[in-house]
Amino acid sequence: MADLLQNAKDAGFDQAEIYRITSQSQPIRFEANRLKEATRRDTSGAALRVIHDGRLGLSATTDPAAEGKLPARVKELTPFGAEASFELPGPGDYPQVQIYDEAIESLTFDAMVQTGQTLIDAVRKTWPELNCSASVSRGVHRQSLINTAGLNVAFPQTSYSVGFGGELVRGDDMLSVWEGFGASRMFTDTDWMIESLVQQLEWARDTADTPTGQVPVIFTPRGVSAALLRPLLGGFNGKSVMTGSSPIGDRLGERVIDKRISIFDDPTIDGAIGSRPFDDEGISSRRMALIDRGVASNFLYDLQTAGRMNATSTGAAGRGLSTLPGPGTSVLDVAPGDTPYDDLFLGIKEGIVVERLLGAGQGNEMGGDFKANVSLGYKIEDGKIVGRIKDTMISGNVYDALSKVEAVSDKAEWVYGSLRTPAIRCLGVEVAAAG
Amino acid sequence: MTIRDQMQDALTGHGADFVEIRLEESDSSRIQYRAQEIEEIGRTSGRGGSVRAAVKGGWGFVSFNDTDDLNSRVKLAVEQARAVGGEKTTLVETEPQVADVPPVLVNDPRNISLSEKKARMDHYNDLIWSTPGIQSSTVIYGDNRRRVHYVNSEGAAVDQEFVHVICYIAAVARDGGDVQQAGFSIGSLGDFNLIEGLDDEIRAVGKRAVDLLKAPGIEGGERTVILDPVLAGVFAHEAFGHLSEADHVYESDQLKEIMVLGRQFGQPHLNIVDGGAIPSLRGSMEYDDEGTPTKRTDLIRDGVLVGRLHSRETAAKMGEAPSGNARAISFNHPPIVRMTNTVIEPGDASFEDLLEDVDDGVYVRNWYGGMTEMEMFTFSSGEAYRIRNGRIEEMVRPVKLSGNVFKTLHQIDGIGNDLGMNQGGGCGKAGQSPLPVSNGSPHIRIQNCLVSGA
Repeated sequence: MADLLQNAKDAGFDQAEIYRITSQSQPIRFEANRLKEATRRDTSGAALRVIHDGRLGLSATTDPAAEGKLPARVKELTPFGAEASFELPGPGDYPQVQIYDEAIESLTFDAMVQTGQTLIDAVRKTWPELNCSASVSRGVHRQSLINTAGLNVAFPQTSYSVGFGGELVRGDDMLSVWEGFGASRMFTDTDWMIESLVQQLEWARDTADTPTGQVPVIFTPRGVSAALLRPLLGGFNGKSVMTGSSPIGDRLGERVIDKRISIFDDPTIDGAIGSRPFDDEGISSRRMALIDRGVASNFLYDLQTAGRMNATSTGAAGRGLSTLPGPGTSVLDVAPGDTPYDDLFLGIKEGIVVERLLGAGQGNEMGGDFKANVSLGYKIEDGKIVGRIKDTMISGNVYDALSKVEAVSDKAEWVYGSLRTPAIRCLGVEVAAAG
Repeated sequence: MTIRDQMQDALTGHGADFVEIRLEESDSSRIQYRAQEIEEIGRTSGRGGSVRAAVKGGWGFVSFNDTDDLNSRVKLAVEQARAVGGEKTTLVETEPQVADVPPVLVNDPRNISLSEKKARMDHYNDLIWSTPGIQSSTVIYGDNRRRVHYVNSEGAAVDQEFVHVICYIAAVARDGGDVQQAGFSIGSLGDFNLIEGLDDEIRAVGKRAVDLLKAPGIEGGERTVILDPVLAGVFAHEAFGHLSEADHVYESDQLKEIMVLGRQFGQPHLNIVDGGAIPSLRGSMEYDDEGTPTKRTDLIRDGVLVGRLHSRETAAKMGEAPSGNARAISFNHPPIVRMTNTVIEPGDASFEDLLEDVDDGVYVRNWYGGMTEMEMFTFSSGEAYRIRNGRIEEMVRPVKLSGNVFKTLHQIDGIGNDLGMNQGGGCGKAGQSPLPVSNGSPHIRIQNCLVSGA
């Protein structure tokens, strides 16, 4: 590793950085209720990023034999590169974040098989006609950063995830249900996943007519994730702010949504997928409010976007091996409210619950719009779930919907492992359905 | 020893029912603009391989970047398969192919200098910015060469090389909290020419982004819609392509019953095909990633389900012919059943015929994407216009559309005579995205299609 940096120094670049990853993942996959495939994926590669004559250059390879060619390639590209608005950082003070667990590295194949099969067998006890699939995966990811400013840091991160679901076919009526969780530390309690799946199946047992027009909508934690967060947080990305395409880029410090909503980006939460002591440029991690009681509080910046905006990096840089870093979220933490979950339903004569969406994100989200088919949702009648809604679409604008919040549940739940959020009930959503 | 010799050497003495090895080298380059500046210009090279093995119906798969010790990789894959298997390996019999397929090249992007590519993209970005009122833009150019060496334990040995070119352009306009965008994407198999001469399209993208700020919304509900060939291609892919993939069906007795060959899915004018053997498109190839020769598969003929897309395993388990649709996005993934080039065949209606008796409808063009889950699917338009009394009137905000495979195909009541291909897309499935595919169709008209509000 030091050799590649030395090569870059020898090539005469003003500043240089080597980003290196080595990861191994071992998923097993169940199909049609039994184990089908065992996989092991080893990935490694290195990227050289330089700043030379004020411009940025990057080249990467997964071919160990080609690493020696990186400096020459970067030299060819850099004269065309973007103007750099920052200098590579030196060492910093990094928080302690638990993202590695020996128990994941030593997990046996048999234990993983048992975890998956137990879930499938348990749910099929009550729903024998369910055609189940599952995946159980463990991985370890090592990444290191070394640069000409003296930075030399590395961390290993483990990950463990369990997901399972099933398909139910009744004539031409099909239902797909799913539950899953991932963490960077080992967990063994998966019973709640069975309960969740059975709950989805029971709520969807009957089909109900969709109430259309402007009706109250309860977004479950998964629904919040599917519908609202991406169109909302796109406007907080430093790149959108930098190009003037964020709808709230000039509204920092102003209230942009209901005061009951606070959203933090927090890479320091122990055990979460996406937590890290420093970002992918070596900037120290910290918990940061994006929205504090409805007020736009901070934008997400990496070094380059921060430099352009005369701000400082917020430690938000993420990157793939072969691309320049860019700002993004790490672990999202939405603050809970004060309404007990069951009370969210109170007083709703007709409304819907949104759990999962199909096609969200494929459209213009930049102004906060969302539009999607509700692939799993339920009808509420007189405060109770009465059945699944189908052939239904929702549409709205997230700034509008989150300004018409009626209640926020008093408990935040993890959604898949890198988001914690309560359920949110709001108006401002248009519901349409096929007849 | 050649690479092929080394690979074939590693296939011996494993004791598995089936083993295949894939080795791959790739090079790619990319130029990306954000607003009026270049954001990134990069070059990447990759190398790696994978081994997939089957023992008693169980699969083992290992992938790696370090390709030196193939024997130990084979051993590991076989061990994995052995730990999984407990039934019987079933693969449809195919004649093992031996071939070395050169890339399809019309104007090889690798012969064009970086500064020339950049000059072309500079020009396109300038065109976007020539429209007053533009807030931001994105321009992405990429080309990629991928050489794949494949061998299996039945004697197949297929080398193939692919060169892909893609270009994506988007413009953003903003008025306070209202942010609108318009975009355009195109791709080709080995032909840089396809991304030249796009001035008119790109000017239109800039203008549309600005015009969208003044475009009204539309209420959601069921409407008569006419799809342009690009969005209709996406529709074909989502509405029927994914449900034609046999890996959704082959393990479920109920789905086999529902998706039974001979079932009527549309009116007799509806014909849908898919095939890697359809030449010179983004999803074209001579052999799939199991070494099976590709072909052209009728999925729907005269409105009736007549075929589906298979890997060797799904074909064997369903007792149907292999179709050459097992594809892997790279060596990092096992081949799974995928589409290639999916097309609704043209009918005889002119565009005017389709419009004529629409009193109140929406003309939807261009695309953002599409998704399928079981029988439901969505496809999202990039442009939308109101139709009144048989005439296309004002532009409205782009809508998203939704369908149900058991209903929506029957509701297609008009098929145009003007086939066009959408070459700008990629497909995602099971973590493998974006896989180069193309899709196409003439203009089609759908009655009572569920349209989102916008």
